[in-house]
Amino acid sequence: MTALTKLFRTTTFRLSLTYLALFSAAAILVIFYIYWNTTVLLSQQLNQTIDAELTGLAEQYKAGGLDQLVRTVAARSQTPGSSLYLVADKDGNSLAGNLTAVSPDLWNSLGPVEFAYRRPAPGGTERRLAFANVFRLPAGHRLIVGRDIEDRRDFARTIRRAMFWSLALLALVGLGGGFWVSRRLLARIDAVSDATRTIMAGDLTGRLPVSGSGDELDRLSESLNLMLARIEQLMAGLREVSDNIAHDLKTPLNRLRNRVEEALREPPSQPAYREALERTIEEADGLIKTFNALLSIARVEAGAAGENREQLDVSELVRDVADLYEPVAEERGIDLKSDVAPPLFIRADRQLLGQAIANLIDNAIKYGAADAARDNGAKPEVEVTVRDRNGTAEIIVTDRGPGVPEAERERVLNRFVRLEASRSEPGSGLGLSLVAAVARLHGGSLKLEDHAPGLRVVLALPIGDETHVNGTVAAVSPEQRSDTPDGVLRAHR
Amino acid sequence: MRVLVIEDDQETASFLKRALKEAGHVAEYAGDGQAGLDLAKANAYDVLIVDRMLPKCDGLTVIQSLRKDDIKTPALILSALGEVDDRVKGLRAGGDDYLTKPYAFSELLARIEALARRPSPEEGSTRFIVGDLVLDRLSHKVTRGGEAIMLQPREFRLLEYLMKHAEKVVTRTMLLENVWDYHFDPQTNVIDVHISRLRSKIDKNFGIPLLHTVRGAGYTIRDSAH
Repeated sequence: MTALTKLFRTTTFRLSLTYLALFSAAAILVIFYIYWNTTVLLSQQLNQTIDAELTGLAEQYKAGGLDQLVRTVAARSQTPGSSLYLVADKDGNSLAGNLTAVSPDLWNSLGPVEFAYRRPAPGGTERRLAFANVFRLPAGHRLIVGRDIEDRRDFARTIRRAMFWSLALLALVGLGGGFWVSRRLLARIDAVSDATRTIMAGDLTGRLPVSGSGDELDRLSESLNLMLARIEQLMAGLREVSDNIAHDLKTPLNRLRNRVEEALREPPSQPAYREALERTIEEADGLIKTFNALLSIARVEAGAAGENREQLDVSELVRDVADLYEPVAEERGIDLKSDVAPPLFIRADRQLLGQAIANLIDNAIKYGAADAARDNGAKPEVEVTVRDRNGTAEIIVTDRGPGVPEAERERVLNRFVRLEASRSEPGSGLGLSLVAAVARLHGGSLKLEDHAPGLRVVLALPIGDETHVNGTVAAVSPEQRSDTPDGVLRAHR
Repeated sequence: MRVLVIEDDQETASFLKRALKEAGHVAEYAGDGQAGLDLAKANAYDVLIVDRMLPKCDGLTVIQSLRKDDIKTPALILSALGEVDDRVKGLRAGGDDYLTKPYAFSELLARIEALARRPSPEEGSTRFIVGDLVLDRLSHKVTRGGEAIMLQPREFRLLEYLMKHAEKVVTRTMLLENVWDYHFDPQTNVIDVHISRLRSKIDKNFGIPLLHTVRGAGYTIRDSAH
C-alpha cells in the first residue's frame, strides 16, 4: 500500500471529503439562490423603468403629437445613460433617438424583446445587448424604448465566475486541509503502530508516544502505556518466578537424586536402603510443600482463588490461629500474646486469611526466636494485635527477633527470598509472598516495619459495607470505606 | 473392608490395590467413571476412592449420580486440584473427604478407615470410653480411672475426635482439618505440640499410655491392655 492510498483510506480523509461535498452543495445552493433572486429583481426593475418611460412618452404624444414626441425623444437621447430610444416612420427612417441600425425583426415585433445592437465606441462600434419595448404609433410610426442590458449580463457573468472560483477554492482548501489533517493524524498513528511493533518484537520497555496535547489519541496512548507497564511488571514477575523455580526446586531435586545414587553405589544393606528411602520421602514431601505453596500463590495472585469469601470475624480467626501456635511458642520459650479487638467483621476467605495469619505467626515464632530476642536485650515475646483503624482491619504481628533491614523489606515479600540470617530455619521463602498475595486479593496491603528491636508486620484489610460491632450491624459511612481506588492501588506493591 | 478404587492411571490403581491388600482390605478397581459407577451400584462397598478426573464420566459426576440413587457409600475424592475451592466443590458433589495428590499412602489409609462405616457403638453415643478414660460429650467432662481431668475447649475437641476414631489412625492433617477446620499447611508441626500437651494431661500420671504415635502416619488412641 503506497503512502498516498494509505492516506486516502484514513477516516480523517474520508470525513474531510464528505464534509467538502456537503459544504460545496450548500454553497452552490446559496449562490444560485442569490443569483436567481438578483436576476428576477433586475428584470422587474428593467420592466418598470421601460414602462415608466413609455407612459411618459405616451403622454407627450397625446399632448403634442408626433412632433413633441420627436423633440422629447431627441432631448432624452442626449442625456448619457443606458436608456435607448427610437422614433421612426413606417419605412423605418429614424426621426429621433440614439438607437440606430434596427433589424427588421425588431421592427415587426411587438411588446418586450431582447436584441443586439451596435453603438459607437472608441475605435468603431461595439455590439451590445439590449432589452426594449416596441410601441406602434398611429400611421405606422414606431416608438422603441429600451435599456442596454450588457452590464447586467456582465454582472451575471461575474457572479457565475465568482461561483466557479469560490467553489474551486473551497475544493482546494477542503482537499488540502483534509490531506494535511489526515497526514498529521496518520503520522501519529504510524508512530503508535511502530512503537507497538517494537514492543511486540520483545522490547517490553517500549511505550507509545504521547504528544502532550491531551487529546483523545494521547488519552488512548496513556491508557495503553499503563497497560504496558502492568504487562511488563507481570512479565518480570513471571521471569523471576521461573528463575526461582529453576533454583529452588531443582536444588532439592538434585539433592534427592544424589542421595538415591549414593545409596545405590554403596554395598547393599537393608538399613542403609531404608534410611536413604526415608530421606528421599522427606525430601519429596518438602518439594511437594514448596510446589503447593507456589501453586497457591500463583492462584491467589491470578485472582482464581478465594471464591468462598464469607463475612467473618477477624478477631476470632486471629485468636484461633494464635491458639494453634501458642503451645509451639511456649515450647520455644516465647511468650505469644494476643491483644484482640472486639468482633471485627470483614469479607474474606477463611482458609486463605487463616493461612496468611498462620504464616505471620509462624515466621514471628521462628525468626523472633528466644536467643535472638535475648541478644536484643528484649523479652522474647510475639504479640498479635487486631484493631479497627479508620475502616481498615489491621492484623499486627510483632516479634523481638533480628528484624528485617529497611532495604530488604520490599524484597522479602518476593518469592523464595530468604535473608541470610534465616537460612538456618527450615522454610521455603514463600510464606510472606503468600501473605502479600492474600492481602492483594482482599484489596488490602502488607507492610513490614521496625519494632525496635524486632519486626512488626501489618496486614491491613478493608472492612466491607457492614461492620458488626458487639453483635449489632452498623452502617459504615462512605469515607470510612476502604475499597477506594487508593486502597486498591496500595494493594499493588 | 471392601474398597472400590476408581482411577484411570493403571500404575496408581495397582499400587493402591497392593497397598490396600497389605493393610488387610479387599480392593476392586474400575478404570473409568462409567465402569466405576456400574460397580458401585451393583456391589456393596465400605468405601469408594474416586479420582476426580476420569475418562467417560468424571469423579464428581460419579458421586453425584450415586447420591441421586440414594447410594450413600462413603467416598474419598483424589485430586490434583488442591485448592480450597476445589475441595468445597468436591464435598458439595457428595464426597465425604478430599485428598490432594501427591499424598502419602498412610494418609489415604487413615482417611478411608475413618470414613468406612463400621458398626461402632461409639458413633453417635454421648460417652466415649477407651480403657479407663471416659469422655462425656454432654457435660464436657473427662475422667480417667474416675479422676477428673481438666481440659481446654480445644483439647477437649482434640480428644473427642481421637476417641471417636478410637483404635484407628488419625493423621495430623485430619486433626487440623476436623478439629481446627484449617485446610492449609501450618508449616511448623503445631499438631505434635498440641498432642504432647494432651498426652501430658491424660497419660502422664497414669500407668498405661492410651495415646500412641504411629510412626510416619499420625496418632491413635487405644487401650493397649487389650
